[in-house]
Order: sequence, then structure tokens, then C-alpha cells
Amino acid sequence: MPTVSNEEAKAAVQDRSGVEAAPGRITRMVDNDFFHAFLRSKITVIAACGTLTLFLLAFLAPWIAPHDPFDLASISIMDARVPPVWMDYSDPRFVLGTDDQGRDLLSGIFYGMRISLIVGFCSVVAAAVIGITLGLVAGYMGGRIDAIIMRIADVQLTFPAILIALLIDGIAHGIFGSLDRNVFAFYILIVALALSFWVQYARTVRSSTMVEKSKEYVQAARVIGLPSVIIMARHILPNVMGPVMVIATINLALAIVTEATLSFLGVGMPPTQPSLGTLIAIGNDFLYSGEWWIAIFPGVALALLVLNVNLLGDWLRDALNPKLR
Amino acid sequence: MIGFATRRFAQAMIVMLVVALLSFTMFRFVGDPINQMVGIETSLEEREALRERLGLNDPIPIQFYNFLSKAVRFDFGTSYQFRQPVSDLFAKRIPATLELSFTSALFALVVGVPMGIFAGLNRESPISKLFLSVSLIGISLPTFFIGILLIFLFSVTLQWLPSFGRGETVQIGSWWTTGFLTVSGLKALILPSITLGLYQMTLIMRLIRAEMLEVIRTDYIKFARARGLPDRLVNFRHALKNTMVPVVTITGLQLGAIIAFATITETVFQWPGMGLLFLQAVQNVDIPIMSAYLLLTAFMFVAINFIVDILYFLIDPRLRVGRP
Repeated sequence: MPTVSNEEAKAAVQDRSGVEAAPGRITRMVDNDFFHAFLRSKITVIAACGTLTLFLLAFLAPWIAPHDPFDLASISIMDARVPPVWMDYSDPRFVLGTDDQGRDLLSGIFYGMRISLIVGFCSVVAAAVIGITLGLVAGYMGGRIDAIIMRIADVQLTFPAILIALLIDGIAHGIFGSLDRNVFAFYILIVALALSFWVQYARTVRSSTMVEKSKEYVQAARVIGLPSVIIMARHILPNVMGPVMVIATINLALAIVTEATLSFLGVGMPPTQPSLGTLIAIGNDFLYSGEWWIAIFPGVALALLVLNVNLLGDWLRDALNPKLR
Repeated sequence: MIGFATRRFAQAMIVMLVVALLSFTMFRFVGDPINQMVGIETSLEEREALRERLGLNDPIPIQFYNFLSKAVRFDFGTSYQFRQPVSDLFAKRIPATLELSFTSALFALVVGVPMGIFAGLNRESPISKLFLSVSLIGISLPTFFIGILLIFLFSVTLQWLPSFGRGETVQIGSWWTTGFLTVSGLKALILPSITLGLYQMTLIMRLIRAEMLEVIRTDYIKFARARGLPDRLVNFRHALKNTMVPVVTITGLQLGAIIAFATITETVFQWPGMGLLFLQAVQNVDIPIMSAYLLLTAFMFVAINFIVDILYFLIDPRLRVGRP
């Protein structure tokens, strides 16, 4: 783990003694040992660059993708199942080949990654909002409310998230069965993922809230008669957000994998708005006939995305954990 | 001990009741059971008669009680898709899932434990670092994609192993079918169990490595080395033994996860188990199968948790101190 060198320690002491002028925002950020720890770990720098590149490719897809896979006018069934350029019978227009409907695979991956990331982000935010709210309320109120919320969390924790997401998805399709799947799949997926992942946030926030609750600033806020909601949202919340950010990063990778799995199983994103998982599911049907690229390339993209985000999350967890310093 | 066990048991029962309530709610209120069971041409009177006969007009608590008493006798109603009793469908599928889960757990232990010991003892060796990097990739690859890669490599390209189904099975007793006794059955098990067990393997490996690193630094190991005991004895008799407690716990808990994740592996390999049945039920909104699967897996998880808790209590004497 990163240790503070002599020079850094001296610099820190000088900073505090106030001999030097107060450093600007950027100097402070660069001098921060958080930033140092970041630069020291080569793998983390690579992972951060990789994550950034993949995010950019995904979110800029409409501008940088060579084709628009959703533009029906530009795709032709005549171009279906063209292999990647380095193989025989390929077409220079399609670098990674095409899928069964003649859509360019590279563009499809960019757009698919975009959908995967949007679903991932939305579900992580939704899960965090649910978890933080319930955790704050449970930790601050205590008593019966706390007991009920935490028992629900315990029960849910006995099941793997993927199973819960599958169940919620199945129930949602049972209830909204008659509605258009293409419109609602996205929202159902986010709700299913959010309800599967909120427990971890709630537990963490609850335990830090219970610590913060007994501190003087909270007692002071209580004494001047602030309502509980304000105390929770304005005073306690900012002090319990640290671990939440770590969980959110690690859960982003988990949410992307779970979304891809659900889509692969045919209960996630529909083929009209394919995420990476849907693309792999489409390609899986052609694996046996030798058209391996339709499934393998989206899978590799998914693996790269998850690996990079995971590495970043691991590092963030270690860097923010004072025990490991 | 008895007090501890009773408390745990009461908690387990409450969890089961909550899950049963959820499962009942799903069964009763998601979609109309009557609509699923009759054709379009059934008249309103006939529908009402069927409703009365099935007890769907009874007060809700009585319906819940009936649901519970039937569930205890493994009566989960009739599947909407197959028009067969859900319990028969499950009975046919359970052997496939249990054999797959058992083989994967075995694979995870047999491969994961030695890798973990090696990586823990030779921390700086390049092989240990290779193990760690591979395990990181193994964790980042989604289960279904590992399955696809294995199929692509060993079934499509090399054509060594089958990519779907259980191969030939042999019937044992009245309802158990096994793939362990035929060559094609064993061959069919290889790819799915590696796919299913890979994550648990990496988990066990990392766990044992971390535990070994910690134990080796303790005084009693240093003392054993100072006494001049051979490395083999110190490493395996003294160190390994003490890393085993958490490993037993995690392996037990992961057994439940393996059975749950079998859903994905069974879909990739078209393995005719419970998971595949459940997934088809989710896709076709076959509520009786979904609610029965929820109850069954919940029971499995709660039972495993309970047993592990008790085992942990028996293995680790420190837990017994200071408890009533």
C-alpha cells in the first residue's frame, strides 16, 4: 500500500505551518496523496484510461460509429453475416463483420455498450437512492422502523441478486404483459436491478448513520430544533457518502454484468434496442454455424468494460480504506 | 447451544414465512389464475364455479393457509404452460440440477484449494501472479460468456465435447436419473460444471491465499519452523488446518449460489434442470412454477444458512464464549 515518503511528509508539514501561500485548487488536487496513490498504481492508470475510452466510445456512438445500426434504410440483408476484415469474403466497410440482419457489428457494439452503460448507471443511481434513503431512516430513527427495514434486507440478502432480478422481471411482465415490451423493458430492467442491489447501500449507510448520529454536530442540529428530514439530508448524508461511492463503482460493474445476463436470457433489453447482452444472445444462435464473431466480439467488449470498471473499483476501495494505508 | 440453535431456527422459520407470503401473493394476484386455466369459450358461470371450487372466493388468510398446507405437501398447483402438476415437473428436473451443482462444487474445491495454497505459500512467484490475474479475469467474465467461449472452443472448433443436454442417462430408483454412469453423460458434464464452478473456484482460491498469508505470519507457525519441523508438516498440518474454518463456511454458502446460478449455465448448455424450467417460466409468465421455484430455492438457502451457522458454532470454540 502507498506509504508517504519523507519529502511528501515534509511538504505536508510545511503546508500546515502556513509558511507557504495557500495552494490553489489544482495544486491541492495534484498534491493530494489520493492522487499520488493513483499515479503509483500502473494498472489503475491503465484501467482508468481504458474505462474512459470505453465510456467515450459508448456515449459518442452516434457521432463516431461508422454506421447507424438503427437506420433501416442503410442496412441491407445482403450484407448479413459478413466476417471481420481479416477473413475471407469480408467487406472493408465492416471492420468486425456484420450480424444476421446486416448491421455493422462495430457500430452495434458501440451502441450496445451505450445502452448497457445507461441501464447500469440508472440502476446504480436508483439502487443508491433507495438504499441511502432507507439506510438513513433506519439508522437515524432506530427502533421498530429500523428492525423492519433491516429484516427485509436480511431476507433479501439470502438470495443472489440475479435471481431477484429475474423474479421481478417475470412478475413485471405478468402485470404489464399487455403493454409494449419495447417501451417498458428498459424501465422494468432498471427497477429490477435497483430492487436487487439496494441492500448493500442501506446496510452501509445505516451503520455510518448510527455513528454520526451520536456526534455533537447532529446533537447541536437537534437542539436548535431542525426537523429530522433536514438533519438527515443536509447534515448526516454528506458525511456518509464516502463508502457509498465505492459501493456504487463496484456495483456498476455488477449491474452491467447482471443486465447483460438478463438480456442474454431473453428477459432484458429487446432486440430492437440491443444491449451487449442482447447482441451476445443474437450471436449465440450462429455460433454453431461458424459465424463466431457475432457473439464473441460483443462478449469481449463486455468483458473489457467490466474488467476495467472492476479494477478501478478495487483500487478505489483500497485507496479509501484507511486500514490498508 | 440449544438456545442459539432455537433462535436461529425461529429466524429461519420467519424468513420462510415471509417468502411464502411473497410467493402466495405472486401466485394469487399476478394475472388471474382462472384466465390462465380455461379457454376463451368457457362461460362466465363455469368460470365462477371453477373459482368457487378452487377456493379463490375464500377470505385471503384462509387462502394463504390453504396455500401453505399444500406447499408443505409439495403441491404447487398446475403449470400454465405444460398443464402438468408443478411438483412432477420439478421432480423430473431436480437430479439434473443437483448433479451439475455437485460436480461444479467439486471442481471448484479440487482446483481452487491447491491453487490457493500454492499462491499463499509462494507469494512472489510469477505463477502465483498468473493465478491472480487469471482469477481477476475469471471474475470479470460473465458466467454465460464463459459458457459461450467454452462451447466455441471445445464443441464448435475442436469438437471434443458436447455443447448441450445431459448425454445418456441411467435411471436409478423410481425417479432419479443420473449422468454419472455413462461416458456421454460424463462428457456432457465437463463444460457446464467448469462454467458454473469457475467463479467459486476463483473465490476459494483467493480466500485460501489470503488466509494462508495471514496464518503464516503468526507466532505459532514461526515457532514450528524454529523447532525445525519439515516445511510440509508446517504448511499442511499447522497452517492449512487453520485456514479451513472460513473456507468451510464460504463453500457451504456458495453451494446455494451455485444452485441459483445454475439457471444461467443450464440455459447456455440447454441442460434439462430446474433452472432452465424456471427461466422458461419467467419468459412465459408461468406463475405457479415461478412461485414454487422461489419457495424451493428459499428453503434450500435457509436450510444451508442454518446448517452453516450451526457448524460454525461447533467448529469455532471462540463463538461459544460469552453467549448464553
